[in-house]
Amino acid sequence: MTAVVAPTIGAPISSGHRLRWMFADIFTITWRNLLALTRMPGAMFFSILQPIMFVLLFAYVFGGAIHIPHLRYIDFLIPGIFVQTVSFGSTSTAVGLCEDLQKGLIERFRALPMARSAVLAGRTTADLTRSVFVVALMTGVGYAVGFRIGTNVGLFLCGCLLVLLYCYALAWSFAGVGLSAPNAETAQVMVFPIIFPFTFASSAFVQVASMPGWLQAFAKNQPVTQVVNAARSLMVGGSVHDTRAVWLALAWTIGLLVVFIPLTVRKYRRVS
Amino acid sequence: MNENSTYAVEAHDLVKVFPRGNVRALDGVSFHVEEGTILGLLGPNGAGKTTAVRILSTILGPDSGHASILGHDVVKEAETVRRIIGLAGQYAAVDENLTGRENIRMVGRLSHMSWKASGARATELLESFGLSDAGDRVLRTYSGGMRRRLDLAAALVARPPVLFLDEPTTGLDPQSRQDLWGVIENLVAGGTTVLLTTQYLEEADRLARNIVVVDHGRVIAEGTPATLKANLGTSVVSITLRDNDMARRAALLVSSLSAKEPIVDHNIVELTVEDGPKVGAEVLRTLDAAEVPIGGLALREPSLDDVFLSLTGHKSEAETEAERAARLGRAKGAKHRGDDPSDAGGRDAA
Repeated sequence: MTAVVAPTIGAPISSGHRLRWMFADIFTITWRNLLALTRMPGAMFFSILQPIMFVLLFAYVFGGAIHIPHLRYIDFLIPGIFVQTVSFGSTSTAVGLCEDLQKGLIERFRALPMARSAVLAGRTTADLTRSVFVVALMTGVGYAVGFRIGTNVGLFLCGCLLVLLYCYALAWSFAGVGLSAPNAETAQVMVFPIIFPFTFASSAFVQVASMPGWLQAFAKNQPVTQVVNAARSLMVGGSVHDTRAVWLALAWTIGLLVVFIPLTVRKYRRVS
Repeated sequence: MNENSTYAVEAHDLVKVFPRGNVRALDGVSFHVEEGTILGLLGPNGAGKTTAVRILSTILGPDSGHASILGHDVVKEAETVRRIIGLAGQYAAVDENLTGRENIRMVGRLSHMSWKASGARATELLESFGLSDAGDRVLRTYSGGMRRRLDLAAALVARPPVLFLDEPTTGLDPQSRQDLWGVIENLVAGGTTVLLTTQYLEEADRLARNIVVVDHGRVIAEGTPATLKANLGTSVVSITLRDNDMARRAALLVSSLSAKEPIVDHNIVELTVEDGPKVGAEVLRTLDAAEVPIGGLALREPSLDDVFLSLTGHKSEAETEAERAARLGRAKGAKHRGDDPSDAGGRDAA
C-alpha cells in the first residue's frame, strides 16, 4: 500500500467517536442548507412576505366578518397563523430534498464516510431553524397589528416551542414525499393538497363550530386543530384555555415523529 | 483486511438487476485495476458503466458477486471503503448555491476533516485547479468546465488513494477536456489509482493503461488500447444510399471488399477496412456497375461507434425488444436505433 493511504484506515471507530461525528455531520448539512438559503434572497423575501400577507388578509379583510365570542379576532388569529406559516414552510423540506436527489448531491453524500442519517436530519434541522426566525418575525408582525400575549411570556414561548416541534414533525413527514417525487416541481404540488385541507379545515382561522357537521367531525379530530388550540391556550389563554388540547397536540406531534422518522429513513435507504 | 490482494480495485462477477423494466444493468462483470494506474471502463449509454461505479463506491449493493477496494469489501466494509475513495460524477454533484470553497469544505467536513484542515485543503485545491479567483463565487456562475474541475477537486479533499471518475469530460469543450486530462495524469503520477468511465475511445486511449469494454452489462473486450485498436481496421468507408432497401442491396455487393461484414444503418452502409481510398474507389466501381445510385461516400477514422459495431456487430442473439425499450427509456439522450437486425451492436454512443 502506498503512503497516500491514511493510517486510520481499517482501524475500529469507537461508538463515542461515531456519535460525535454524527452530530458534526448533521451540523455540516444544516450549515450547508442554511447557507444555500441565504444565497436565494428573492425566495427568502417572498417566503417572508407570504405569511405577512396572510396576517393582513385575515386581520383586515375577513376578520370583520368572523365573530369570536369573548375574544378579539387578532388574538384568535395569530396562533393560527403561526401554525399555517410553518405548515406551508415545510413544503421546502420536500422540494429541497427532491432537488438534492435530482442533482446527484445525495449520490455524493452516499459515497462519503458521513452518518447516513445526517442528510435527512440536517435538512429538517435547517428548516426548523428557518421556522424559528419566521415565528419570531410573525410575533413582531402580530404585535404591530394589535396582537397581545394573554398569558405570560413563559407560556407564550412554550406555545412557540410546541408549534416548532409540530413543524419539525411535518418536515420529517414531507421529507418522505420529497424522496418519492420525480422532480422538485412535482414535490411542491404533491405537498400542497395535503397541507391545504388540514390547514383551512381546522380551527386556525375560524371556529370549528361554524362549519357544517360532517366537516366538524374531520376538523375536530385532526392534528392542525389540536396544535392551533394548544398554541392558543398557551399564548392567549382565558376563554380559549384548553389543557386537553395541549396534551393532544403533543401526542399528535410525537406520534407523527414516531411514525414518519422511520418511514422516511427507510425511504431514504431504498431510493437509488 | 485481505493483505493478499494485489489490486486497488477488484470486481468479481457483479450482477445488478433493476426491477423496473427488468433491466440487467450488470450481468456478471469482472475486472481489476492495478494500484497507481488508470483503468478505462468504456461503453455506450446504458452499458452498465455507471452501475459498476455506483456499486464500487458503495452507493448501490450488488445482487450477487463481490467487489473490494484495496482489499476492503464494498458491502461488508462499506464505511472503510468510503474513507479511501473519491467520486466525481457525470452530473457534477456539487451544490449550486454554495461557493467553490464552501463546496470543497463541506465534503472535507463530511470526510471528517477538521474545519481548519478542510479550509486549508480547499485553498490548496482551488489553487491547483486554477479556481482561486472563482473560489468565493457561487457555483451558479461557473462554466461547465469549471464545475467539473470543482467536482473533481471536491472528490480529492481527503486525498483518497482510489478515485472513481464517471464520464468526467462528457459535454465539455475540447480545451476543458484537455485540461482535465492533464489533472488526471498528474494524480496518477502521484500514486492515485483511477477508474474512469467514458464513452470516448480517445479519452481511454490517452489516459488508460488498460481498457475494459462493456455492453449490455457484460465485458465484451479488454486489453491495452493498442490491442483493442489492432483488432480494428484503420479507416471506415461510409456510403449513403437512397433508402434502406438500396443500402441492403449495396451491402451485399460490397461485402467482399472487407474482411468484416458491412454494417447497415437505415440508408447508410459502413465498411471497416485497412486501405480506405482503395476500397472507396472499388466501392464506386462495383456499385456503378450494378447501377446502384450513390448519395454520398466518405472516409473517416474508426470511432468508438466502430469499436462497438466491430465488437458486437456479429453477435448471434439480437437485443430483445424489452431490453431495448428499457435501455432507450433509461439512457438519457439515447437516439433511436435502426431496426435492421445487423445493427444490434449499438449506435447510441454520442
